[in-house]
Amino acid sequence: MNKDAIRDKVAVVGMGCCKFGENWDKDPQDMIVEAAYEAYADAGLEDPHRQIEAVFCGAQYPSKGTAEVADALKMYDRPVSMVVNYCATGTDAFRYGVFAVASGMYDTVLVVGFDKPKDRGVSGPSVAVTGVRGLPATPAGWFSHCAARYFDTYGAGREDLARIAVKNHHNGTLAPKSMLKREITVEDALKARLISWPFGLYDCAAQSDGAAAAILTRRDLAKGFRDDFVLVRAIGIALAPDPKEDPDFDFLRWKPTEMAARQVYEQAGITNPRKEIHVAQVHDCFTLTELLAYEDLGFCEKGSAKEHIASGTFELGGELPVNTDGGLKTFGHPTGATGVRMIYENYKQLQGKAEKRQVKGPTVALSHNIGGAPQACGVCIVALP
Amino acid sequence: MAGIISYGAYVPYLRLPLAAIAGGKRTEGGPEKSVANYDEDALTMAVAAAVDCLRGHDRSSVDGVIFASTSFAFKEKQGATIVAKALDLRRDVLTSDVGDSLRAGTGALRAALDAVRAGSARRVLVVVGDVRMASPRSGLEANLGDAAAAFLVGAEDAAATVEAFHGVSDEMIDVWRTEGDPFVHAWEDRFVVDHGYRTNVREAVRGLLAKLDRKPADFTRLVLYGPDARSHAALAKELGFDAAKQLQDALFGRVGNAGAASVPLQLAAALEMAKAGDKILVAAYGDGADALALRVEAPISGLGDRRGVRWHLERRGEMPNYDMFIRFRQLLSTENDRRAGAGISATKHFRDRDYEISLHAQKCRKCGQVQYPHQRVCFKCFARDEFDHVRLSDRVGTLKSFTFDNFAGSPNPPLVATVTDVDGARLYLQMTDANPKEVRLDLPVELVFRKIHDAGGTPNYFWKCTPVRDAQGERTR
Repeated sequence: MNKDAIRDKVAVVGMGCCKFGENWDKDPQDMIVEAAYEAYADAGLEDPHRQIEAVFCGAQYPSKGTAEVADALKMYDRPVSMVVNYCATGTDAFRYGVFAVASGMYDTVLVVGFDKPKDRGVSGPSVAVTGVRGLPATPAGWFSHCAARYFDTYGAGREDLARIAVKNHHNGTLAPKSMLKREITVEDALKARLISWPFGLYDCAAQSDGAAAAILTRRDLAKGFRDDFVLVRAIGIALAPDPKEDPDFDFLRWKPTEMAARQVYEQAGITNPRKEIHVAQVHDCFTLTELLAYEDLGFCEKGSAKEHIASGTFELGGELPVNTDGGLKTFGHPTGATGVRMIYENYKQLQGKAEKRQVKGPTVALSHNIGGAPQACGVCIVALP
Repeated sequence: MAGIISYGAYVPYLRLPLAAIAGGKRTEGGPEKSVANYDEDALTMAVAAAVDCLRGHDRSSVDGVIFASTSFAFKEKQGATIVAKALDLRRDVLTSDVGDSLRAGTGALRAALDAVRAGSARRVLVVVGDVRMASPRSGLEANLGDAAAAFLVGAEDAAATVEAFHGVSDEMIDVWRTEGDPFVHAWEDRFVVDHGYRTNVREAVRGLLAKLDRKPADFTRLVLYGPDARSHAALAKELGFDAAKQLQDALFGRVGNAGAASVPLQLAAALEMAKAGDKILVAAYGDGADALALRVEAPISGLGDRRGVRWHLERRGEMPNYDMFIRFRQLLSTENDRRAGAGISATKHFRDRDYEISLHAQKCRKCGQVQYPHQRVCFKCFARDEFDHVRLSDRVGTLKSFTFDNFAGSPNPPLVATVTDVDGARLYLQMTDANPKEVRLDLPVELVFRKIHDAGGTPNYFWKCTPVRDAQGERTR
């Protein structure tokens, strides 16, 4: 890997995000148009159909594929591609956009992440019965598999998870486009009905509909769009074996996060993530996923998350604020949109435009997605020039 | 001399107190019946009995499987073939299903004996299982119980040799079930007992005694089918046996009438207590009657490690109510119908038979790592296609992780989902026959063949894990 191949060569000059939620009255095209046109306006694109040379989309549950985006935006007569990579789908679509610009082939590209899971009539993924192994199964049932061993080894428990939910519920009240805007208490979280032990209702992210978009261009062209552009410093994707089949797995971490983190820290030259990263959006499909991410991303030592949760390291006013917009937990989780939504939040934070949830003076921001069993992780670092 | 080389038994973990059928509570020591869990059927119970029976025997020595039941899940498609595959037997094994009669178990036993005597097979496994249903809250329903038994029949090394056999066939409408009807029906019981049960069993037993020129007193035990406790004891007496001393407990109020498996289960219990030189008379009823005389031989002393009937009777978990019973039998519609969905892909099942039915893992020839499921490239050393198959189904595993899933649509939530380590391979398995309270990290578990769902309207089988228990029903470690 050439660790300098893309570093600081691609600029984010516009971003957009529709309101996430159970958007019963919106088609995918409604959300795609809202997100993309906000990004066009943000970048000051006068003639997007002339200026955008290629489109990279991400969706985990597309109904038509690339045409869903091309038709919504009338982006014809240019490449439109779609990526599917579990919950890292949005980050991966963004990554292909970065490569397309960094290669020099295109000056300006559009990235769109979206998903519309709430048209399926079920809460959570539908269970398609095609085999006998691994069924029935739910994401809560998969992501909870680290709980017993982690709790047993490091003495953490459901209260520590509850504090993460409380934090993200609070942050979500400060984000205008979040799905849930309701403060909760540790007691609320502990008393909620159990979904899959140790996860109660408030340990689980809100699955929702949504779309988010980004306009990428070459660094040397960025000034033509805006002064406060943001640079893509590093981006990585890693896959690991299904943790339920991996003969080596210790159930104390999610391997894909550790792998993807190594890639981006090498690209970005980061050796002390807690000091060198100033704000982070991490995948909190379940509270334990966020807890493990603190450690797997190197924000703190393995086993020490509990202390940092207690001392507020990752709260809005803490040393390294995490999930400043409420995270998947309250902002919502339209799978393909989530990675792009996180970059949207980091972009706003770096520009100082995060309003009530603004972190003080960040210059480097990280976003992280993990999905599947989980097997796939995407990590992206954006920074001010 | 031909006979029974080994035996095994299976009584499901769950018991329904008979008082619960009428909405009442169980009283300590009150009557109950054994009930198949929602993931069990005649076939899975037969496999469990066969695993018990084959303990200590080389599975590749089995030349045939005869599966007897009145409650086959498939109307067309052989059960014995699935049993053979689940037990990981040879491909050139003889397979046959014997059904449709309460006498199916002894019929299968007789066919197996004839096969080994004729020399067409050296060792034949007879498995008998039944999960019969009667109309909800009928008298017959309270009478029925679920169980299975298995016998390895062979020409040599028998622990019980078969001295003689005598059977009669009789046509009458006593107990029946027709196509499309889930429930067993019976004619008025005094008619069935007098003209069916008593008449036929008496004729078969007297015929057998005449053949051997023996008296009832010459037998150590009488294993006798019984439609109910009173008729059972009365017939033993009428035949000239001492009910208190000779009559094998038919397990009324504990298992219930296990249908075709009833006499085989009692025979397994009798063999469990037998010593060399004992003589056992077995009499089964159904569309006539079968009687056979067994002489217990010296190899019986080597079969002590079978779980048999006693172990299974002591291992019990109680169903809290009748509602659970009718849900488990799919007599009550629920939101998460286990029959819903298009079902499993037959071609995928075909490709995965070794891994999903025989529970084979692969062991890498280069690095030794055992892995599951089927891989082409080794997880550890990346060697390509360098694997040997290893059977995991008879191994003990340990829990690496677990969760209690309330969202997975189980008929009995929470669904216990585990990652179980078996010889280094990791298996994503549901746990069954367990109380969530006993689930903990590193818990030793054994593997049991179960029905995962009925999607597409067919039973779809795979393996689950269950805590390893000792005879008292407690976990061993």
